[in-house]
Amino acid sequence: MIAEIGHFALILALAVALIQAVIPLVGASRGNATWMGLAGPASVAQMLLVGIAFAALTHAYMTSDFSVLNVAQNSHTDKPMLYKVTGVWGNHEGSLLLWITILALFGLAVTLFGANLPPGLKARALAVQAMITVGFLLFILLTSNPFERLDPPPMNGSGLNPLLQDPGLAFHPPFLYLGYVGFSMAFSFAIAALIEGKVDAAWARWVRPWTLAAWIFLTLGIALGSWWAYYELGWGGWWYWDPVENASFMPWLAGTALLHSAVVVEKRDSLKSWTILLAIVAFGLSLLGTFLVRSGVITSVHAFATDPARGVFILGLLIFAVGGSFTLYAVRAPSLKTGGLFAPVSREGALLLNNVLMATGAGTVLLGTLYPLFADALDLGKVSVGPPFFNSVFLPLMVPMVLAMAAGPLLSWKRGDLAGVLSRLSVAAVAALAVALATWLWQGGSAGPWWAAGGMALAVWLLGGTIVEWAERIRLFRAPLAESLERMGKLPRSSWGMTITHSGLALLIIGMTASSAWKLESVQTQKLGETITVAGYAFTLTQVEDINGANYLATQGTFKVTKDGQDFAILQPEKRVYRQPPRPTTEAAIVSTILGDVYAVIGDAVPEGGWVTRLYFNPLVPWMWAGCLVMVLGGLMSLSDRRHRIGAPTRARAAVQAAKA
Amino acid sequence: MIRLAVLLSVLWLAAPALAADPSEMLKDPALEKRAHTLGKELRCLVCQSESIEDSNADLAKDLRIIVREQIGKGASDEQVKKFVVDRYGDYVLLNPPFKGATLVLWLGPFGLLAVSLVAAWAFFRRRAKGQAPAGSAPLSDAEKRRLEALLKDGK
Amino acid sequence: MRRVLYLLPVLVFAGLALFFLKGLTLNPRELPSMLIDRPVPEMNLPPLPGRGADTGLASADLKGRVSLVNIYGSWCIACIQEHPYLQKIKELGVVPIHGIDWRDDPVEGAKWLKKHGDPYARVGSDPAPGRTAIDFGVTGAPETFVVDKNGIIRYKHIGPVDMRVWDKTLLPIIRELNK
Repeated sequence: MIAEIGHFALILALAVALIQAVIPLVGASRGNATWMGLAGPASVAQMLLVGIAFAALTHAYMTSDFSVLNVAQNSHTDKPMLYKVTGVWGNHEGSLLLWITILALFGLAVTLFGANLPPGLKARALAVQAMITVGFLLFILLTSNPFERLDPPPMNGSGLNPLLQDPGLAFHPPFLYLGYVGFSMAFSFAIAALIEGKVDAAWARWVRPWTLAAWIFLTLGIALGSWWAYYELGWGGWWYWDPVENASFMPWLAGTALLHSAVVVEKRDSLKSWTILLAIVAFGLSLLGTFLVRSGVITSVHAFATDPARGVFILGLLIFAVGGSFTLYAVRAPSLKTGGLFAPVSREGALLLNNVLMATGAGTVLLGTLYPLFADALDLGKVSVGPPFFNSVFLPLMVPMVLAMAAGPLLSWKRGDLAGVLSRLSVAAVAALAVALATWLWQGGSAGPWWAAGGMALAVWLLGGTIVEWAERIRLFRAPLAESLERMGKLPRSSWGMTITHSGLALLIIGMTASSAWKLESVQTQKLGETITVAGYAFTLTQVEDINGANYLATQGTFKVTKDGQDFAILQPEKRVYRQPPRPTTEAAIVSTILGDVYAVIGDAVPEGGWVTRLYFNPLVPWMWAGCLVMVLGGLMSLSDRRHRIGAPTRARAAVQAAKA
Repeated sequence: MIRLAVLLSVLWLAAPALAADPSEMLKDPALEKRAHTLGKELRCLVCQSESIEDSNADLAKDLRIIVREQIGKGASDEQVKKFVVDRYGDYVLLNPPFKGATLVLWLGPFGLLAVSLVAAWAFFRRRAKGQAPAGSAPLSDAEKRRLEALLKDGK
Repeated sequence: MRRVLYLLPVLVFAGLALFFLKGLTLNPRELPSMLIDRPVPEMNLPPLPGRGADTGLASADLKGRVSLVNIYGSWCIACIQEHPYLQKIKELGVVPIHGIDWRDDPVEGAKWLKKHGDPYARVGSDPAPGRTAIDFGVTGAPETFVVDKNGIIRYKHIGPVDMRVWDKTLLPIIRELNK
């Protein structure tokens, strides 16, 4: 019964979405306030109905209602409650429902926080948002109904892929979707602006915080996925350039570019049509990712079980949403008025350079990801594009970007003085060179990879440039300390946000460089009592025992780790075999230090006695996760800026008027 | 058949990437390292998006053994790659070779960069021209707004 | 000129969409064989226990007559599905079928044939790491190769053979090669 309510709620939601997609749009073009006003209540109803459907499916999972096909295929009574709930989105149908729920949530947010938006813009944006909802609701109702019944119900379910029974991966999809769907806000407002033919600072002021929020979620989602791969796949890799990873990375690149170009729109009233294009592209790439993962066009380790009918449907959706938007763009964008002028060497110019490189980067990842498809479709044979390609083409593109990142924020708006900026950056340059030299000597010259010194120098250059910019803002050491502190207190939060986020990237680069360059590993058969030393850490295998988990059996190894004769830690990695479905997983044991992760994995028993063990030292990996967190923190800081608080300017104005009256 | 392949691939997916048993490894650490680096560039054919070093599919294991055997016998990296490509085609190379069929792949990114730089340059040139003396026409609304913005920024 | 620039995104996207449309009809997992029109790899595989001394499979055995070479293994589930059809094809007497027992204990391979029937003229054992199968460019079982009179590989079928595959694909190729 509850499942049927969920299904029915989705059908009602479709009806509401259809109304919301059409009437406010017509109302906006006719100036009919009542019709436009319909969008608000519709978005509330939408959220209620989709929420009911989501709750219904969650209920089916929590109560293990195996008469629902989706639950029977993906759940099991033995599963811990946490994974029963997260199992809702661990499959194609459920994850689509999550996607739609988040979409409805963002629609509701426009209604709740958008009281000060121009009514036309708001009505149109909500209508566009509803069009996307219509597409996805049709998709779920016609091809992927999560509420389908199974008669007779089986005694128990088939269980959830054990790889998904993990905190990192359980919450990876919601964050990722919050990011993807978050870009739908910028998209809807871009389409609304194209229909209105007007893009101004107010538009950018509204779009920026939403894009920033989406960017924060996406950054977290990608980091969670990467962290999961790091500890779950059992050898300390954290990025594979797999098509599905690329599918999340491309919108991140486009979204990052959008964040920066929206600054130019807001502050300088320029780069408007480019920003609109980026808003369409960022969401378009999110949709493209959905298509790639669910259609089977590209092979990937993570792909959902695929179905050609679904592929055709999402392709249709993609063509309608992205093709339609680009067509509208081709027609309307040329009439957007261009605003503020600026010279190539200026803050705007630097932001534009960021955009050029980010866009090229996203294009490169797109080309590499889709190339096997292109080659196959053109009968050029089957080719593979793997990590070596991306590393050798994408990474070099990012070098000039990071180089420019240090200088950009120091340039003044409109026309900057590059020579002056570079001389102010001489401290950073000296530090970077010193670090490069030190790194080179430390790794024993060409005994380590040649690019390691470069990566470190790049990170120090970025960090140095970021600190110089911050120090200049507060006139550190130029003014009395008290004045500097006072200035620091007055720094706008968005400025802090940039400083923090850019520093986070520097940390990230340091971690990525070190862990790729100097990872130490030792793979062997280890007997009880035997000691293996990696990077100065002595791992003694003291015990191996079988453990009976909630829904798995595990072999747990115990390593006593000492460093320089001192006790360091006890590591207990597991090799699990889940009962349903019967699949093995590895649970690495990791202890982090500031210099790196001590990482142990236990494998199978060897007939001659002993176990296969893999012991690693992954240098500076914690810096990488810290870098991601710092970037997210910077984003949050910027988001909390008063100027970004939605509607604040208007409210302030209203307050001023009220005071006058 | 497609369904079967999908099913199989889903089964492979289950396997955590714990490759290279110690029993497979070469005694000489330098050779083993070479074999590992080379294996990282060879695609596992049944899992389809992992290298043979990262997969514990049976075929990947067989290929790891054969790669190590050949390296142990003194084959060069190129010879080993040729051995595998002769049997499975360019598809096994995760680093696609530079040739006719991959020309667009390898040059595309640089083409993209060039195009976007030219576009940015054209943008500035056009704007620079637009900035040329505009006579004494009265300011349009948009220009007034722009002027306002400029003045505000100057503060 | 500027208008054209604004058209660029939609044009690029249209191109992409065409590729995607085509992509939905392609199978990215299907790998064409590199061995077509090349001689069968050098091999001399021992027979399975209990099948007679001279029933192994060597390259020379594939000369003189058009033949099928089928890759199977006792561990392979799809092979069980395929097996009755191989029996039928054997009964038609058009072409001899040879087997390669891939990645398998020869004892198990022989047992499996006892249980499910033995359509093969010759069967060579190719235990792990399956060198001969890798020489054939095999990616999974079952796979079936059509070899011509001169021992040249002419066709490879991936996945189970059934009567439809036989009638539509294999038989016409064999007829052509027998001319």
